[in-house]
Amino acid sequence: MWRYFVPAAAFVALGGVLAFALVRIGSGHLDVHEIKSPLLGKAAPAFALPSVADPAKRVDSRNLAGHAYLLNVWGTWCAACEEEHPALISIAQSGGVPLIGIDWRDNREEAVRYLAQRGNPYQEVGSDEDGRAAIEWGVYGAPETFLVAANGRVLVKHIGPLTGDVWKQKFVPLLAAAGGK
Amino acid sequence: MIPELGTFALILALLLAIAQSFFGLVGAHLNRQSWMAAVTPTVAGVWVFIALAFGLLTSSFIVNDFTVLYVATNSNSALPLMYRIAAVWGAHEGSLLLWVMILATWALLVAGFSKSLPVAFRARVLGVLGLVGVGFIGFTLFTSSPFARLIPAAQDGADLNPLLQDPALAIHPPMLYMGYVGTAVAFAFAVAAMLSGKLDASWARWTRPWTVAAWMCLTCGIALGSWWAYYVLGWGGWWFWDPVENASFMPWLTTTALIHSLAVTEKRGLFKSWTLLLAIFAFSLSLLGTFLVRSGVLVSVHSFASDPSRGMFILGLLLFFIVGSLTLYAIRAPSLKSEGGFAIVSRESFLLLNNALLVAAAGLILAGELWPLLMDAFDLGKISVGPPYFNLVFLVPALPLVMLLGVGMHASWKRALLETRRKQLLIAAGGAIVVALVLLGIYRSIGAPLTVVGFAAGFFVMASALIEPVSRWRSGQSMPRAALGMAIAHFGVGLFVIGVTGVVSYKVEKDVSLAPGESTAIAGYEFKYLGAKPVTGPNYEAIEARVLVTRGGKPVVDLPTQKRVYRVQRNPMTHAGIDVAWNRDLFVALGDDLGQGKWSMRVQYKPLVRYIWLGALIAAIGGLVAILDRRYRSVRVTESPALKPGAAGETA
Repeated sequence: MWRYFVPAAAFVALGGVLAFALVRIGSGHLDVHEIKSPLLGKAAPAFALPSVADPAKRVDSRNLAGHAYLLNVWGTWCAACEEEHPALISIAQSGGVPLIGIDWRDNREEAVRYLAQRGNPYQEVGSDEDGRAAIEWGVYGAPETFLVAANGRVLVKHIGPLTGDVWKQKFVPLLAAAGGK
Repeated sequence: MIPELGTFALILALLLAIAQSFFGLVGAHLNRQSWMAAVTPTVAGVWVFIALAFGLLTSSFIVNDFTVLYVATNSNSALPLMYRIAAVWGAHEGSLLLWVMILATWALLVAGFSKSLPVAFRARVLGVLGLVGVGFIGFTLFTSSPFARLIPAAQDGADLNPLLQDPALAIHPPMLYMGYVGTAVAFAFAVAAMLSGKLDASWARWTRPWTVAAWMCLTCGIALGSWWAYYVLGWGGWWFWDPVENASFMPWLTTTALIHSLAVTEKRGLFKSWTLLLAIFAFSLSLLGTFLVRSGVLVSVHSFASDPSRGMFILGLLLFFIVGSLTLYAIRAPSLKSEGGFAIVSRESFLLLNNALLVAAAGLILAGELWPLLMDAFDLGKISVGPPYFNLVFLVPALPLVMLLGVGMHASWKRALLETRRKQLLIAAGGAIVVALVLLGIYRSIGAPLTVVGFAAGFFVMASALIEPVSRWRSGQSMPRAALGMAIAHFGVGLFVIGVTGVVSYKVEKDVSLAPGESTAIAGYEFKYLGAKPVTGPNYEAIEARVLVTRGGKPVVDLPTQKRVYRVQRNPMTHAGIDVAWNRDLFVALGDDLGQGKWSMRVQYKPLVRYIWLGALIAAIGGLVAILDRRYRSVRVTESPALKPGAAGETA
């Protein structure tokens, strides 16, 4: 009566698939948290935000046109942002591409203090207090990092802390195509 | 010293659980009386040492011992005592300890209340529970110990996730786990029956109260979670089809099916292999839920910090128990014979339909749950399956299920004798339609296409559930508790349907931005924003806004609503202001500060929403009444003359 073995066989198959998924997650080939950004390959959203360093000035995406840049969304309230901070600093020091920060739903004074304490990897940081700019970029949690090419298109997006490995695997291969100066 | 003692207690519990499963399973197989007699003391021993470990971890939380990594990551010295205790199960490691604590408690209860069962059968049941214990105590010890040290100690803890600092959530996980883990008891009964090769009416009768008990806990746990989501997540929804909600809902559906198929197996000797299969499925889906939540394969607001090695361990356990029991099933099921037939219109047919619909719903939800993962794993693209899918695949089986329920309750075994109740059923159906139409009139809207159907079905089920108790009461007859429990539970289902229909059809939501003194109106209520002021809690700062609600110029309620920022974790939390009345909730949630005293707010009118949870609670009470039926006790007394006096009266 082989039909009685059908439930067991079905579960073995299911188990195999789940094991396969786990192995791929373990080896870094599968990231279930990653959601493909609809922005990929599209023009980066425009923004003009008051600068954290000097609220009288504006951080304007129009001034960035023609240059590749790395856009990092962060906040002083975000523990994972603290975690990725050293990696951001070493990326900034390598000088491959300038970092632009969006300080998301945050307090300006705290942001200034945070950057003074931990070092400032950003060329410029815009303050997005009401979170509108982040909505334009489809941000759903900090930190998120986008690589924008010189032609203004979004090449890649990373959700969660940026580590040295992620930088090497996901971003570095695209830097040439990004066409930074 | 305390955490090391905790680890030691867990090791002892593991060794005793190994002894429990060995003496239970091997003892019964070789028919060694002395080995089987050793099972009960090992069950007690496992419970004592897990309770000790649990108590020690709790004490580390109470005294703020931040040299314990788990305490340091999930508590804080400013956290109120109640939440320091609830923080024990606030994350993966501790909640796993709670899992094994509850398993040990179920095993202890089974050992205590099944003294009248045949010795070998009882030994096998406890042996299987021991095996489950070995798996999960091992999982705790080897991959997820809550007793790991943090050296040097943290100055203060990272605090409990603010979402979890809530009274309902403090009791939601224990309740839910009691349900989840309770399915292990029905599973153990099923495996024991397959091992002994004997499956008869008395087996079904022994299994029923345990299954209903687990179902009851699961019902309460899910309802508590839904209630919590309603007012803590801040947006007034009560069910989100979140992967983790689904993980608890699928065992609920299969356990509900199991309760009904056990009734057929007990009364009529039918559906035997199907009942076994359901008992295995209910437990399998509980394990699968545990796997999905803790392995990191799914994305959810609930998911625990996870890593794939833990996932592998649970997957191993999962496959061992499920494939092992299903293989046993494949060997045994062909020899199980049904003891009779039944007519097309009969209680058996109604229960068969009930089972088919419940299992179909569970299967479709499982498919929606796993499909995105399969696509993702094989690089076929990222998709997400959301509420539109789940609403559809649940509603399609649930609607006929509810409608059949009202009639099916009164069908007789073998062939339907609906004639005896035909008049009452027709009155109930007619009355339900009239009441539904009156409700539509009161709300002055026909609502959604299914609104009138939902109301009518809900009222019909409620009325139908009352027919039997009322007629017995009028003729002065008593009613067996099992039948009374069934009527109460089905009445609760009807009430639930009415609550869902009401809130889905007639809720009003409005997002507004208000300056102090400004107001907005929905559903005849005027919400006037009076102003906001900062307030300070034990471990959070908050802005408290006051909103005055009036209706026709008369004040209804002054609703305070808060937006909190917890000091350590810094994430903002909405603490909604809710006014409860018998026919509706008024709900205000504070959004963002828009400057110049202006705030964005969401105001909501939620008609009949309370009946969703009240219905679930009443259904659970029905389960409790059914468990207390004399039948489950008196039979044991007659079957075991040697039973000690008094012991029979304590049946859970």
